[in-house]
Order: sequence, then C-alpha cells, then structure tokens
Amino acid sequence: MTTKKLMLYFPKSETEKPLVYHLVKDYNLVINIFRAKVTPEEYGYLVLDVTGTEEDIRQGMEFVRTFDVQVDEAQKGVRWDEQICTSCGNCIPHCPTEALHIPDRGTMKVVFDSDLCVECLSCISNCPYGACSSIF
Amino acid sequence: MKNEMTKSYEQINAKIESGKAVVLTAEEIIEYVERKGLEAAAKEVDVVTTATFGPMCSSGCFLNFGHSTPKMRISEAWLDDVPAYCGIAAVDVFLGATQLRQGDPANLYYPGEFRYGGGHVIEKLVAGEKVQLFGLSYGTDDYPRREIRTWLTIQELNQAVMVNPRNCYQNYNVAINRSDRPIYTYLGLIKPQMQNLSYCSAGQLSPLLNDPLYETIGIGSKVWLAGAQGHVYSEGTQHNPTCERGRGEVPTEGAGTLALTGNMKEMKAEFVRGVSLIGYGVSLALGVGIPIPILTPDILRRTTIRDQDILAPVIDYAHDYPQKTGKVVCHLSYAELKKGEVEIKGKKVRTGSMSSYSKALEIANLLKDEIKRGNFLLSRPYQPLPRKQSMGALKIVDQNAREVRT
Repeated sequence: MTTKKLMLYFPKSETEKPLVYHLVKDYNLVINIFRAKVTPEEYGYLVLDVTGTEEDIRQGMEFVRTFDVQVDEAQKGVRWDEQICTSCGNCIPHCPTEALHIPDRGTMKVVFDSDLCVECLSCISNCPYGACSSIF
Repeated sequence: MKNEMTKSYEQINAKIESGKAVVLTAEEIIEYVERKGLEAAAKEVDVVTTATFGPMCSSGCFLNFGHSTPKMRISEAWLDDVPAYCGIAAVDVFLGATQLRQGDPANLYYPGEFRYGGGHVIEKLVAGEKVQLFGLSYGTDDYPRREIRTWLTIQELNQAVMVNPRNCYQNYNVAINRSDRPIYTYLGLIKPQMQNLSYCSAGQLSPLLNDPLYETIGIGSKVWLAGAQGHVYSEGTQHNPTCERGRGEVPTEGAGTLALTGNMKEMKAEFVRGVSLIGYGVSLALGVGIPIPILTPDILRRTTIRDQDILAPVIDYAHDYPQKTGKVVCHLSYAELKKGEVEIKGKKVRTGSMSSYSKALEIANLLKDEIKRGNFLLSRPYQPLPRKQSMGALKIVDQNAREVRT
C-alpha cells in the first residue's frame, strides 16, 4: 500500500459523475480530500491523498483521465517561499501537521515539508510576510 | 579589581581599524568565556555583537522629494496610496510604519487582512522599487502647484532617513489567551484556552539584554540598522528602566527601549520588511545589530547571559493586557519558549514567535564581519540612557481635571 498526494483538475463539464465513489468502490482506494472546488460550469479541483496498491492507484487515475480530468502528482497546492520567510516561527503553532517546523532549535530556522501539508491554509492567513500562498 | 577598565573606546577602535579586533557574537561569547575564564577573555575580546529582528511598530521615515516645476507646498500626500504626514516643510513628509493604505477596510470584515501599509512602502523603497507619489495642496503665491502624481525611487529622493521613536524593547511580553474565542493581536493569532502562545525577543542575542544597565548602549551609540550605520538618537518612547529585574539585573518585563535613526539609502531590503498582522494591522520588521565594547570584565560578564536565565512575563491578551490589570500568569525563560512547547497550569501550550532568532543570528554575524574587516567603528555615547524614570499612564479627566470613570 502506498499513499500519493494528487491534484485533480476538472474541466468545465465533468461534475456529474461520482468519481470519488468509483475510486473507492471500484478501485479499492482510500481517499482523504484536503481541498475541493467542484462547481458546474467552472473549472474545479480536488486535492487529495489516495491510498492503495500501486496498481489500483494507476488504474483509478486512468479511469478519472477518461473524463478529461487532469491528474498532477508534482504540483503542490500550498507553497512556501524560502526567500520571503524570515523564520520568525509565528506559523509553527498554527500548523496542525508540523509541515512547517523548526528542525534545529539552535539556529531556529523554519523549514516546510510539503508532504506533510494538509492544505488547511492557516499558515497563509497567519504569515506576517506572505511567505505562504495557495495556487488556487 | 573586577571592574577595572580593560580597554578604552579609542583602543578598541584602533584595533578595529588595523583589522585585528577580536569580535564574537553574543551567542559565541557564552561558551568562549566559560572556556577562557572572565578575566582572560575580557583582555582578549574587544567587541560582542548583539542583534534582533522583528516587528517594530514605532518606526517610520522622513523623505524629501525635491521640488517640481512649478513648485508645490504639499499639504496631503500618499505613497502607493498610503497617507504620509505633511505637517512639515514643503516637500518633506513622514511615512509611518503602521499607516494603512487609503480605503483599507481595517477590521470592518473581522478579522481584517491588512495587506499593505506604510511598512510595505518602506520595504519597497529600500528595495529600490518605484513608488507612486500623489500630492495635493491649496496653492500659494510662492508654491502655486496644487496637484502632483509621479513615480519615484529612493535614489531620486534627496533624503530618506529612517527615524524610529521606539525599537529594540529590552524584553517583551508573552501573549496567551485564556478566553473562549480566538484573539488577533500584534503578537499574532492567539487561540482560545491557551492552545498557543507568542513571544517576541531574540533573548540571549538581544541588544539591551546583553547590556541590562545601559553601561555601553546610550545616546550617540552607533548601531547597525538594517545594514546602514545608524545611531541611537534618544531613549526610546516608553523607556522604563525601573522595571522588575531578576538575576544579573536583567529585566523580566518590557523595560528599556531605543530610538534609532539611519540612512535608508544604505539599508538592505531583506532586513526592512513590511508586516501584515491578521485582525490587527500593518507594521515594519527591522533588523538591528548593536556592538558592545568590552571595556571591563563586568561588561563582558553581562554579555554571557543565556536564554535559560532570561525570563519573560506570560500575560493574558484576552483580558489582562487590554484591561491593564497588571496580572502575570507566570514567567517563562527563552530557553523554554524556544523549545516549541511549554506547560502552563498543567496544560501543554505550543509556542510561536514574532521575532526571528535565525535572522538575529545572521545580523550578529554580519556585524561581526563588518567590524573584523574594519568597516564599522564604535562610538562612545555622549549621554547615557536614563536609569531612574518609569512609565506613566494616561488619565482620563474632564475639563476640571477630575478623573472620569469609563
């Protein structure tokens, strides 16, 4: 079993098929949705974790692609700009998964592990310098 | 014997000029003195560099635009739509760090975002970016122009001088929230029921914590202000030296402050940063470095202060801070605060900070390098900071000076 963080982009029309239902039911995938915007007549997105066998994930994604849904494994919904970050650490207690953390309490430098990010977006509203942003 | 003068300012500056000065940061000096012993280290070390980086609301700058043709006596001005104060000479203005952009809804849609203000304009100027000036005037015989709109950069200004009435608070409050609703403060979002806390000091690196009795930092002292060579021009506003003090005379609350000035044209943008605080407002974060000349072993001993020995007062910003009850929940050391989690009244509380220790460390090292290269000389203060005064409160009275209860 592996877990992959994926981003699905929906074309304007494809909002009527219960895709997530099929992923669970037909492809045995465990789905954890972090963020979603699926609205008729507009482009939409789903940011989610899928857990299953490599083969089930591959087939499931093949299935969603047949509806013109784009699957992106590389893209991250929340970005942290190291150049803008001052490492003040104000975000640290607001990050629920410790994606933003201070590994070395001597230098107190803040780092971001995007694999741990669940896109709660609390860093975005709390960063005094605008170091965190969302692509949506 | 112990307080015998080891070196003079002149001797230290002569060593700096010859490139032979021994300089350590306020972090490095701790271990150094432990290893060498105080007396020996005091003979060897010339300067200890201290630093801090964080929001310093009482900051701003005087700008002189030069005269247009025909001339204008600007009576109202906006820089990137942020109002600047014009109640001074014709083309001089003062731009304050916490000034909101015209039309910002502030907290009308609570909590407000406060995306842009004076601090951000100052950052843009220092970064060399173009800023829009819009000015109005009533017009006079000698200054007939009544309106101006133009774009300018800091290079085109005659003067851009940062003048900050209060920087470098000696120590600072730790904010918690014991109420049932989130609160938005200048120390950030503090979640209800003590879920998190926020502190704001560079602790063992912070300038006035390394010189708690103001023996070397005084009016006229040269400072590293965001990369420029500036100086202390006055005691800072709310300077309160007669505060509570703990071990080694180190304050356990706000205490002393500094008023700083420096040429903005010499500053580095990475140390002059606009700040947006959700639900609170805008500000400016600044990097400040202050060298401490090691004139005596006693002065050196005070620079060896450690995070574990500096205590900050934990205050409830939902009630006790706004209502000025004076209540302190407890004291915590910066060593505890920097760990990421503390325990208050049996509850685990996650810690966050508004002050960047990492940037402060970078500044202490930059200043150290400048001094070692002979590019930064020290200056003897021409007047010490006051040691006896305290901070007054504002009374609300009627016209007959009778106190009004509100």
